[in-house]
Amino acid sequence: MNCTKCKTKAVIGLPRHNAAFCKGCFNSFVHEQVARAIKSEWMFGKDERILVAVSGGKDSLALWDILLKMGYRADALYVNLGIGTYSEQSYAKVMKFADAVAISHGAKLHLHTVEQEAGAGIKELAMLIHRPTCSTCGTIKRYQFNRVAIEQQYDVMATGHNLDDEAARLLGNVLHWQEEYLDKQSPSLPASVEGFAKKVKPLFRLSERELAAYAVLNRIDYIVEECPMAKGSKMLQYKEVLNRLETESPGTKQTFYLGFLDKQSKKQPAATTMTEKDRAVLHPCASCSQPTTADICSYCKMMARAKAHAAS
Amino acid sequence: MQVQLSHPTRTVEVKGPKKVKDLLRELNLVVEAHLVIKGDDLVTEDEMLYDQDQIEIRPVISGG
Repeated sequence: MNCTKCKTKAVIGLPRHNAAFCKGCFNSFVHEQVARAIKSEWMFGKDERILVAVSGGKDSLALWDILLKMGYRADALYVNLGIGTYSEQSYAKVMKFADAVAISHGAKLHLHTVEQEAGAGIKELAMLIHRPTCSTCGTIKRYQFNRVAIEQQYDVMATGHNLDDEAARLLGNVLHWQEEYLDKQSPSLPASVEGFAKKVKPLFRLSERELAAYAVLNRIDYIVEECPMAKGSKMLQYKEVLNRLETESPGTKQTFYLGFLDKQSKKQPAATTMTEKDRAVLHPCASCSQPTTADICSYCKMMARAKAHAAS
Repeated sequence: MQVQLSHPTRTVEVKGPKKVKDLLRELNLVVEAHLVIKGDDLVTEDEMLYDQDQIEIRPVISGG
């Protein structure tokens, strides 16, 4: 198989684009897809400060690498969840990338350790408060990324969610008719109220396979092992189904998610915008001041319960 | 050929020569969810693999 662009030996075939690329042309393709995503969704400009949420996985490290190579001002935050050797290995991968690549671009890595603040790792916290580990993890990561973005005055927060993540999430929302979540599936969410950072997903046009290939080709050492807490998750099941469809019918995931975004953008304007809705229901948490619909936000409630259980 | 697999980590022996796409089919693995690495190099589905090759089949799906 030869590269569609330069006709040298290809290293990856992309059936959904009816193309194949050598390393150089594939890197150009990836950068073009990210540039197109940033531009089409008005994500950020070259002078804005970006905070990338990194986990040690392929997507977030590839995102940090791509943004730095494209000349963006991108720092990163790693949240150490305290999941035994999995967290130790993922932390080592993030540090290795920061030392080998990010520092030479003048980028900074912020660290937050759940155990230091909460007194326990994510698994123990979830058990203490009788909540699923993945939902406890999600609450903590969203909270900490937003906190650091606001406190350190970043213009925007970027996550490594890819086409597979978004297509699987959309499938889950549609299967359960969770229409209220569909507005939140935009790859660019505004800083709708004071205390919320703008959130963007610059990798939404690239598949997991393409991002893994980018990491392998560019010698980005990432954690291949799956998070032990995610085994058997619904998201993995949706992804598996979508990948079987994609193999039989290339372009299925792209048509599904990008088609959804296209329809959303043409939707008649609602009586109230998301910003107006957020402003109507959100106000500062009495404990920490981050936006919430309740008096005390779910993060502070969770931490209070965890501390009460730990003390008893 | 020696083929290294993940989740869980294990090695299987597969008789070559064989094309990448046939190797994946034989192991019942979906192309879209995997990368095939020969030595240190990524290879496409039409690449022929031989008995002396060291192959890694790397899953690309994460919990998200």
